[in-house]
Amino acid sequence: MKLVRPLTEPSIAVSCRGITRDFGDGETRIRVLHGIDLDIPLGEISLLVGPSGCGKTTLISIVCGLLEPTDGDITLFGESHETLRGTRLVQFRGKNIGFVFQQYNLLPALTAAENAALPLIIAGMPRRRAVAKARDILETVGLGNRVDSKPSQLSGGQQQRVAIARALVHEPRLLVCDEPTAALDAQSGQTVMELLRRVAVHPDRAVLVVTHDNRVFEYGDRIVSMTDGRIEKIETRTQRMAAMSAPTAEPLTVNRVFGSANHVA
Amino acid sequence: MNWVAWKMLTGDRTKYLGIVFGVAFGSVLIAHQTSIFVSLMRRTVSQIMDVADADVWVMNENVQSVDELRPMPDTEVSVVRGVPGVAWAVGMYKGMVTARQPNGLHRQLILMGLDDNTLVGAPREMLSGSLADLRQPDAVIIDKAGYSYLFPGQPFRLGCTLEMNDRRAVIVGMCQASPPFQTFPVLFTRYTVARQYAPPGRNFLSFVLVKMKPGTDPAQLCQQIGQRTGRLALTTRQFAWMTVMYYIKSTGIPINFGITIALGFIVGTAIAGQTFYLFTIENLKQFGNLKAMGVTNRRIIQMILLQAIVVGGLGYGIGIGLSAVFFELTKDVTHLAGFQIPWQVALLTAVAVSVIVMLASILSIRRVLVLEPAVVFR
Ligand SMILES: Nc1ncnc2c1ncn2[C@@H]1O[C@H](COP(=O)(O)OP(=O)(O)OP(=O)(O)O)[C@@H](O)[C@H]1O
Ligand SMILES: [Mg+2]
Repeated sequence: MKLVRPLTEPSIAVSCRGITRDFGDGETRIRVLHGIDLDIPLGEISLLVGPSGCGKTTLISIVCGLLEPTDGDITLFGESHETLRGTRLVQFRGKNIGFVFQQYNLLPALTAAENAALPLIIAGMPRRRAVAKARDILETVGLGNRVDSKPSQLSGGQQQRVAIARALVHEPRLLVCDEPTAALDAQSGQTVMELLRRVAVHPDRAVLVVTHDNRVFEYGDRIVSMTDGRIEKIETRTQRMAAMSAPTAEPLTVNRVFGSANHVA
Repeated sequence: MNWVAWKMLTGDRTKYLGIVFGVAFGSVLIAHQTSIFVSLMRRTVSQIMDVADADVWVMNENVQSVDELRPMPDTEVSVVRGVPGVAWAVGMYKGMVTARQPNGLHRQLILMGLDDNTLVGAPREMLSGSLADLRQPDAVIIDKAGYSYLFPGQPFRLGCTLEMNDRRAVIVGMCQASPPFQTFPVLFTRYTVARQYAPPGRNFLSFVLVKMKPGTDPAQLCQQIGQRTGRLALTTRQFAWMTVMYYIKSTGIPINFGITIALGFIVGTAIAGQTFYLFTIENLKQFGNLKAMGVTNRRIIQMILLQAIVVGGLGYGIGIGLSAVFFELTKDVTHLAGFQIPWQVALLTAVAVSVIVMLASILSIRRVLVLEPAVVFR
């Protein structure tokens, strides 16, 4: 499958405008996201960071079309969420998005290769071919010798590598990872992040990683910080380096990075 | 994706066997209890069905079942013979007698008095001795279960005696007879001999058994016999149903069994449905995961239905198999002899299991369909 770069907005994979999300009804209704504007560029790893409960998971669920926003617009590769509904949305997601979860979410009954082959099987590829392709990609993530192991026979780090293989096997244009290192020890966490840098980054793919593990911040090309359902600041790697070497420098705000164009609500 | 559904179901052997056996156990409960009930009801009519030669039974108009008879005068036989459409008609006696064994014990028996000339209604399978021996004076044939009841642990011996109504009876043969509902021993003898054994009374004839001429309409014949004699004339089938309905209406059996069957159904349903439902619920996150990865709701429904069909089919097969094995193993136990799973019960169980598993899948499917795919991140 060749990745085709959309003609408009060449470098932006996902753009969110004025995203809000409420949970609950009446008295107990709470607003978790307060008008998020965010662009996720292709070819980079964007980290989404922030304290627990600030709305990171909610935001990425909305980005992936797993959750409806209460208000706001999302455009995925030039397609508005408005036009993607029901079965079309599900199929669009299957084709274009890869997922990596904190708890790996591998099917315990399937081998590593079969798990990794799932997105291809879902897309309708014959099982043999899909599994053969999954074996190749497991090779790439360093699990060439564990292709026939069940998840229960693998360590956490190995399972997460299988999950990464699964998330990439169908060459999606967006890879979304929610706390991929949170369940892992420091060493395995580093391995997973290095792997993401090595195999996931591609000029035609955006990688969005939610984390509050500051040990992995160095792997991000840009860091989006959230608090209380708002984007607090966005730093590129260069800006972050500069900020760290000049500790007195004032933190960058959203406006200063993206300019006011980002606030078209 | 069917392959994935299959793997999900069978991946954990223990769990898989657990679900299948849950459904199997449910099927056993349903099939087994219902079969026992049906077989028991069949027993109430076994003595009617055993008389394969008769097309029509004529009896006292006040009779309600084969076990509660009222005698008629012997002359009814010749009256029935005169009705057009009757090929032949013979008398038969059936009644309860008390017999004294050589050791002094008294036992209740069912005594069958067969037409002296034709022996219509005689047992079809002789295990020892021969039917012709009934021609000897005081000769009786006993059923196998009855013999082991009267003479427990003793090998069969021709010439054992019993005493009924102060008259001696000699056992000249042993037969295989369908066990009657009341598990009393059954004695067969000639009509005229039976009269001497039975308690004295003005009338003695229990039934007139009728064979129709070919091409006769049974309903019409029954009606004509009824008109001519003022007696009740029923086809074998009608008489059997009347007896079954009598038992259902006038004994505690249907209530008791109804409760047991209902319990079997409820427990069976609960177990079979519950195990499958729980299985899906346990896999809810996996289904959510598949939904996130682009599996459509339609596919999910197919997957769950496939799992349901596999579980239901296997569970049903094993359940019916186990019930059949039970009846096979107990076929020599007097109180369960002849019990089996009628095909209607097998069908009913299949329908019940399908409904149960379908219901469980619908509940499961509902849960999976309303599942927010965002749970994958939780
Ligand atoms: N389905 C829901 N119903 C009600 N409230 C919810 C629901 N999902 C999330 N919330 C609330 O929304 C807020 C943000 O949750 P979210 O999971 O997005 O946070 P997070 O930033 O991912 O936190 P963490 O770092 O702990 O994963 C929390 O206060 C949470 O309780
Ligand atoms: Mg979260």
